[in-house]
Amino acid sequence: MNINATLIGQAIAFAIFVWFCMKYVWPPLLDAIEARQKKIADGLTQAERAGKDLELAQAKATDKLKQAKAQAAEIIDQANKRRTQIVEEAKNEAETERSKIIAQGEAEVEAERNRAREELRQQVAVLAIAGAEKIIKRTIDKEANSDIIDKLVAEL
Amino acid sequence: MAGQGEALTSSSYIQHHLTNLTWSVDGGWNAHDAGFWTFHVDSLLVAVGLGVLFLWLFRSVAKHSTVGVPGKLQCFIEMVIDFVDENVKDTFHGKNALIAPLALTIFVWVFLMNLMDLVPVDLLPHAAQTIGVPYLKVVPTTDLNVTLGMSLSVFALIIYYTVKVKGFGGFVKELTMQPFNHWAFIPVNFLLESVTLLAKPVSLGLRLFGNLYAGELIFILIALLGYWQLPLYFPWAVFHILIIVLQAFIFMMLTIVYLSMAHEDH
Repeated sequence: MNINATLIGQAIAFAIFVWFCMKYVWPPLLDAIEARQKKIADGLTQAERAGKDLELAQAKATDKLKQAKAQAAEIIDQANKRRTQIVEEAKNEAETERSKIIAQGEAEVEAERNRAREELRQQVAVLAIAGAEKIIKRTIDKEANSDIIDKLVAEL
Repeated sequence: MAGQGEALTSSSYIQHHLTNLTWSVDGGWNAHDAGFWTFHVDSLLVAVGLGVLFLWLFRSVAKHSTVGVPGKLQCFIEMVIDFVDENVKDTFHGKNALIAPLALTIFVWVFLMNLMDLVPVDLLPHAAQTIGVPYLKVVPTTDLNVTLGMSLSVFALIIYYTVKVKGFGGFVKELTMQPFNHWAFIPVNFLLESVTLLAKPVSLGLRLFGNLYAGELIFILIALLGYWQLPLYFPWAVFHILIIVLQAFIFMMLTIVYLSMAHEDH
């Protein structure tokens, strides 16, 4: 084993290999690794942000739901109130209508009765006069007693 | 597997396994004592082949790499890249486009070269012999030239960055004014610091070489045992899996540490 020119050959080969590695092998591979590292880091941050967004959206949705529920309850409440009001109004209206109809009916009945009574009175007067006429026909002068008859009729 | 005409003894078997296929400028193929301008063809071919395999694999993944969901191969490659990148970032705090790719190249390349150690010791040399190649050493990191070639390159980078960051004056000052900050101690400091400095590449190269050479030698010794190699080969191979990864990691880590030391003031 002696030192000889193999050493120089090896050194030259070594230099060429290192140069080639430095020029064509190392940079593209390391670039790829670093680019992927960056990509993964970006992906992780994005995922984290997306998670936060989701949480926020969920909170918002829950909020909205709660709001909607409250609104719905309010609307139902209002509707209930309105219904009661309408029913009440209708009742009142019906009541007044009823009393109006009743009053009208009563008035009609009253008028009818009055009319009937008047008629009856006149008929009774005619009847009484006719009766009296028949009774008195023979004896008494009709004209002399007519004032008494009138008075009687007025009293009826 | 002995050389042509020799009797097959244990020592010749081992000797054969430890001999490189060489080509020298002066003597041609497998010449004895051919001087400095000799190349270990097997080491270089396997090393370059594995380096090309590494770069081809990583480049093909890099070309089709996607930022989206990665495939299994891309996942694996990215795991390696991420592992190296993390180690570099933990240790080296400056800005330097070279260090991370350098560390990746060292880690994967040294690992692949070490991995050749797990190929059964006789498989490739025997196959080579049948096609007429007399010697073949398949683990490049058991060749001192290979490990020193890498560690000396790292050493050159250490000096380059020290001078670049701290200036030549700073480099000289680092060698002479530490650890005793007084002009009278300059020779002592210089002695201490130059030993420290030179120990870096030497230890870096020798550590890798020593570990892998010893491991390879034990594989060869186990292979000498005949049928007994079967129960022994497996545990040593399993243990060796740890060593080959660990040595690749240590080489990478120390390179990063040395270069970060070159960038920082003490």
